[in-house]
Amino acid sequence: MQPITNMVEKFKDDAKKILLAHGSGGKLTHQLIKSFVKKFRNLPLARLDDSAVLKFKGKLAFTTDSYVVDPIYFPGGDIGKLAVNGTVNDLAMVGARPLYLSAATIIEEGFSLVELERIVDSMNRAARAAGVKIVAGDTKVVGRGSADKIFINTSGIGLIDSGIDISSKNARIGDRIILSGTIGDHGIAILSARERFDFQTKVKSDSQPLNGIVWEILKVSKKVHALRDPTRGGLATSLNEIAEQSGVGIEIEEEKIPVKEEVKGVCEMLGFDPLYIANEGKLVAFVPERDCAKVLNVIRKNRYGKDAQIIGTVVSRHKGRVLVKTSVGGERVLDMLTGEQLPRIC
Amino acid sequence: MKFVDEFRDRAIAERIVKKIKRFDSLKVNLMEVCGTHTMVIFKQGLKGILPKNVNLLSGPGCPVCVTSQEDIDKIIELAKDENVIIATFGDMIRVPGTNSSLEKERGNGADVRIIYSPSEALRIARENPVRRVVFLAIGFETTSPLIAASLLDVQKEKIDNFYIFSNHKLIPPAMEALLESKEVRIDGFICPGHVSVTIGSNAYKFIAQKYNVPCVIGGFEPLDVLQTIYMLLKQIKEKRAEVEIEYFRAVHPQGNRIAQELIDEVFEVSDVMWRGLGTIPKSGLRLKSKFSDFDAEKEFQPKTRKSKENPDCACGEVLRGVKKPTQCKLYRRICTPEEPYGPCMVSSEGTCAAYYKYG
Amino acid sequence: MCLAIPAKILKIEDNLAQVDMAGVKRQADIRMVSNARVGEYILIHAGFAIEKIGEKEAEETLQLLREII
Repeated sequence: MQPITNMVEKFKDDAKKILLAHGSGGKLTHQLIKSFVKKFRNLPLARLDDSAVLKFKGKLAFTTDSYVVDPIYFPGGDIGKLAVNGTVNDLAMVGARPLYLSAATIIEEGFSLVELERIVDSMNRAARAAGVKIVAGDTKVVGRGSADKIFINTSGIGLIDSGIDISSKNARIGDRIILSGTIGDHGIAILSARERFDFQTKVKSDSQPLNGIVWEILKVSKKVHALRDPTRGGLATSLNEIAEQSGVGIEIEEEKIPVKEEVKGVCEMLGFDPLYIANEGKLVAFVPERDCAKVLNVIRKNRYGKDAQIIGTVVSRHKGRVLVKTSVGGERVLDMLTGEQLPRIC
Repeated sequence: MKFVDEFRDRAIAERIVKKIKRFDSLKVNLMEVCGTHTMVIFKQGLKGILPKNVNLLSGPGCPVCVTSQEDIDKIIELAKDENVIIATFGDMIRVPGTNSSLEKERGNGADVRIIYSPSEALRIARENPVRRVVFLAIGFETTSPLIAASLLDVQKEKIDNFYIFSNHKLIPPAMEALLESKEVRIDGFICPGHVSVTIGSNAYKFIAQKYNVPCVIGGFEPLDVLQTIYMLLKQIKEKRAEVEIEYFRAVHPQGNRIAQELIDEVFEVSDVMWRGLGTIPKSGLRLKSKFSDFDAEKEFQPKTRKSKENPDCACGEVLRGVKKPTQCKLYRRICTPEEPYGPCMVSSEGTCAAYYKYG
Repeated sequence: MCLAIPAKILKIEDNLAQVDMAGVKRQADIRMVSNARVGEYILIHAGFAIEKIGEKEAEETLQLLREII
């Protein structure tokens, strides 16, 4: 009696976990793929051909990103949501309308099927919210220890309407710089989810799709010169990249930069600077002075841009560098992130 | 944030600077002893709004920066022991020793963990009873009471796998050593706010009286620093040399008695070696003999070959206020935050790091 | 040399206090701050309270700074 019951339990248990067999291309693989296809529900994917076949006319934008965030669940999201929104946003930052995504996963043997389903559901919801379809995918399974739970790569295609030329090298002297909301939320949310830190905060990741905002911006102004979503390295790094690539100077005002109180608190506590902390749902827009007010207005009207502020200007001085005007009226250079941010006490 | 935001008001800052500018006849060198003050000065861009007759010198108040090369090499040796877990505040990880660094050793498999509080180190010790935890106790008088308190807890709980690498240093003796060396004229000291929370303003009286140098203990918000500078200029103008407290919302003349008692219970004063300053008598803390069981150096006896500093690295002179980082041969050309040659470029409170990042 | 942050005491249990720092909640060891009370502000350094912040003194400081001309 006992041994049989044990065996049944073991089978039940095994059935809930990813096995190497799930990656071997056989029956289990097909079962897994079918469950994804059911969730993502679109014609190109449902064909289950080796490639999705899509029709286009016009300029295409194409991007790819891999996601290895730890932990895979955090306040405000999970690795799946991050993967979809991240690629959608990269497309939006060149003024493209995101259309199709691919999603490839590398899963560690032993990963729970229930958790996998949870992540896939999350990707599905994020894709719908952003108005994109996941039309191609792949799943590989590697032995225990060869990956940390799950890694996801997403690639994306979008269409750029004619007349739109948005690029990091297009910032021009006199452009005003608009930041769409509070910075540092994502990085701090991840930090707080790691057990090592003994503090509790309600800060949530800001992972969200920005293509809606960009669409609204382009409706009122085709003269947006540059867009960037500051992810790793934070706002400071993105501004530096644009200053360098456009060969211009940038001046921003510290007081104007929106930061949540709690994010400030954690940063003070650990010695971090919010300007260098990762975001996943914010953008900076470089807009000529005369379009600035209406672009700011339209960003603020969008639910993901309520806290938007004009934070600075593009100048001809100190080309390639970013300067910050401090709260007491002083000035300092804002460099790119060097190394990791080491939390300090002494 | 309460007690933070109000002390960053621009209008008040402008008013204080206006008052500072009235002392235009004075040409003074003011030294901020504390690395955190250096950071505030740079992050807030204070040098740019102060008049040129006020010259700010950075002092040796960065505990990682003043750790001797030999001590760093010993720490790196300890990390190589596969039975040892090194628990440290973040800064030490990237400091280059003669041949390696904690970061490099971590890449080679050493167990080096960054913590924010000694209690985390204790937790690591409890959770890893088979390994031995060495906590790098590097800091000044702000931190030593906490380490003392933690060791008392370790003793009470009978945790037997916890050690500290005791590298605490004391600020007033270093200030005296700088004045004795007469290398740089120091007209006033911006004294460290949080060290003074522990030791009290009375601890600086001998500096004012014996050397006739004004001391003002300043807080860490930009208005605190500006006000501290104003108070120093006022003393200099009025030919006074006293110890004043700008940061009186947290600092008292006698300091924190409980903190001092904690230090006294666990540590005793000793002569220690400072990078850039040499050996300064009675300027450090070592464990009292009844706590010698927790002494990592005694327990592990880390052996190092000849410890060498890079001869072109000017950290020592920067720490004494003799050179500015820009006067170091390696600064920026070879020594950068990504590839540091000395601790002053690595530490988040290092003067070279401040110049590089914000200057 | 030391980052110490002001935090408000929410709850005290022996030598440990639950504190609030701009909405962030954490624990702090308050053995060095005798007679610390709920509602008062303390300076936290590496998980320990090193001193109480005198609210009266803070207000006095600000007044001093504001009246400067």
